[in-house]
Amino acid sequence: MMEFTLVNFLLFMVNCVLSNNFIFSRYLGCCPFLGVSSKVETAAGMGIAVTFVMGLASLITYTVYHFLLVPFNLQYLNTISFILVIAALVQFVEMFIKKSIPALYSALGIYLPLITTNCAVLGVTLLNITENYNMLWSVLNGIFGALGFLLAIVLMAGARERLESSNIPESFKGFPISLVIAGLMSVAFLGFTGLVK
Amino acid sequence: MNLRLSAGPHFVARESTQTLMLDVIIALIPTTAAGVYLFGIRAAWVLAISVISAVLAEFIWQKLAKKPVRVSDLSAVVTGLILGLNMPPEVPLWLPAIGSFLAIMLVKQLFGGLGQNFMNPALLARGVMLVSWPALMSVYTLPVRVLGNTSVEASADAVSAATALIRPSAYSTYDLLIGNIPGAIGEVCKLAIIIGFLYLLFVGTISWHIPVCFVGTVALLSWILGSDPLIAILSGGVLFGAVFMATDYVTNPMLNIGHIIFGIGCGVIVVVIRKFGSYPEGVTFAILIMNILTPLIDRWTHRRVYGMVKKHA
Amino acid sequence: MRNEKTTMRGVFINGVLNENPVFRLVLGVCPTLASTTNAINGLGMGAAATFVLLGSNIVISMLRNFIPDKVRIPAFIVVISTFVTIVQMLIQAFVPSLYEALGLFIPLIVVNCIILARAEAFASKNSVLHSAADGLGMGAGFTLALIIIGVVREILGNGSVIGIDVLGASFQPMLLAIMAPGGFIIFGLILGIVNSIVNKIGKRSAGKGAEA
Repeated sequence: MMEFTLVNFLLFMVNCVLSNNFIFSRYLGCCPFLGVSSKVETAAGMGIAVTFVMGLASLITYTVYHFLLVPFNLQYLNTISFILVIAALVQFVEMFIKKSIPALYSALGIYLPLITTNCAVLGVTLLNITENYNMLWSVLNGIFGALGFLLAIVLMAGARERLESSNIPESFKGFPISLVIAGLMSVAFLGFTGLVK
Repeated sequence: MNLRLSAGPHFVARESTQTLMLDVIIALIPTTAAGVYLFGIRAAWVLAISVISAVLAEFIWQKLAKKPVRVSDLSAVVTGLILGLNMPPEVPLWLPAIGSFLAIMLVKQLFGGLGQNFMNPALLARGVMLVSWPALMSVYTLPVRVLGNTSVEASADAVSAATALIRPSAYSTYDLLIGNIPGAIGEVCKLAIIIGFLYLLFVGTISWHIPVCFVGTVALLSWILGSDPLIAILSGGVLFGAVFMATDYVTNPMLNIGHIIFGIGCGVIVVVIRKFGSYPEGVTFAILIMNILTPLIDRWTHRRVYGMVKKHA
Repeated sequence: MRNEKTTMRGVFINGVLNENPVFRLVLGVCPTLASTTNAINGLGMGAAATFVLLGSNIVISMLRNFIPDKVRIPAFIVVISTFVTIVQMLIQAFVPSLYEALGLFIPLIVVNCIILARAEAFASKNSVLHSAADGLGMGAGFTLALIIIGVVREILGNGSVIGIDVLGASFQPMLLAIMAPGGFIIFGLILGIVNSIVNKIGKRSAGKGAEA
């Protein structure tokens, strides 16, 4: 288990956001990455909503796993219980924001239902268990992983806005060219390999 | 106000592109000549194959896509030449050919051709090759001829040697400046690169912002981190990258303030990768990363400078 | 079109070709990218997802008249994740090498959009047998696509097909193909090529229609 120091904290952040980016090197969260990245504003909104949910989901699934599943020897139920926790959490967050912060709801509301099936969210909660992180690192893993997702989706949206009027071959418009863009960006991100040993 | 931002070149007329590209080729002549002199006929083969492949790839794509063939705008020649200059002289000769095809077809034409790619084709192809064939792309050899009075011994056979970036103490500042060191064909002779830089400044093809901010940041950060700033600049690919690749007008920001951010960003990433990353040199990846940040830099600087609201853009 | 769908064979073929989940609907991108570093992993992921699709489609179709509309999505998720947990245990017990290779992406079948989409769009509205055919067809289409992408990536990145060396010792594999960027690029290129073929076929049949 990593000790919590400033150096470890920064290295962990660099690792999650740059070296092992959720999209560019771990393939987690590709559906919203491709689907909600045609405009920078909406991409940023999606990224922020995901950050919020991933941080909270890491916290709650950690609690569920270590204080509910482990004592009763039910670890094999982690997938099923985590996805239910995430679905309920997303529903709850949506209701809460709608009531208390209407401005935020009008900005993020439409993205929230999509987050339940974002595999980055379930992915990070399961990773927290396999990596054996404690509660603090789990939450940080959720938040930083999501910040990596936010960075990737905003970069993607920037490129797609710029290429809007480009003369791309007809059958490559949409998903194919987006996948190629993601691949080319991912080549650039390989430069960050090994920043954290 | 209903302005539309679009990436350069704004004038896609054939003549203007051709003139621009011709100036870049002229600026590349000193470094090309120095590379061929230092590394011999082998280097000439690498360059020839990469240029011919790039032109061929452009021709084939435009024929297949039933578009007008615009090989004479010389942009494919520049891409091929820059890619070739980025390779070690002893690279297997099929590699520059593959690199040129990737650069032209995957990075340039697939996105609509000249002026529409969002990353530099030659650089991306180099990145792909560095990652795919790391062993072949890092066989660096001593020059077969040396320039001037030096303790470096030329070697007729390909003797592989660590680049000056890895073993800076082996070479004097004179050798670093004149290019009597192992390295990629185009990046060893710093003097030739500086001549090319001055030419491009003189004819107005590029402005000073990106190269100066890039190189300055590398020097400053290296100095802060305790290495010799002069060696940091002269031992790797920083100068070549800063002058000929970071300044590619298609893939860098539109305004000078954007150029400054772009240059500083490149410098920071180069030093970070050199100091902490797995790759010994970070110029390729640094410029690529800044390429993908360019649309966001443009958005941000435009809004700041002109106070434009996004909805009108 | 509608008539074709009513036969079970039509439902199956629809899943493999017309509505191929990977090439036509572009669903399940993450498992597609993650499992296609070679043909065998692609086949393994495809088989696991097919098992879950078949099981969840059958059960959801059986329960379609009993699940209240308001809680149907959570109910679907419970059914799907039950099957995923079963398949995860089976793979761990019988094919540990595949379990190692696919890792996190086995439990993540739960959030594979294809499965929830078929539950919502097909199984909750159709008979058990048709839903089974749909599950098998979609699963087969998914598997076929993964194998195609897997073969291309494996040949380029490793010079082999299903682990058998085909390009000889002098071939210098392009490592990028089996790394993360290669997945995106090769999937994108194959998708674009499939699109252009579909467009050509569409134009040709439209032309024929006009002649007739």
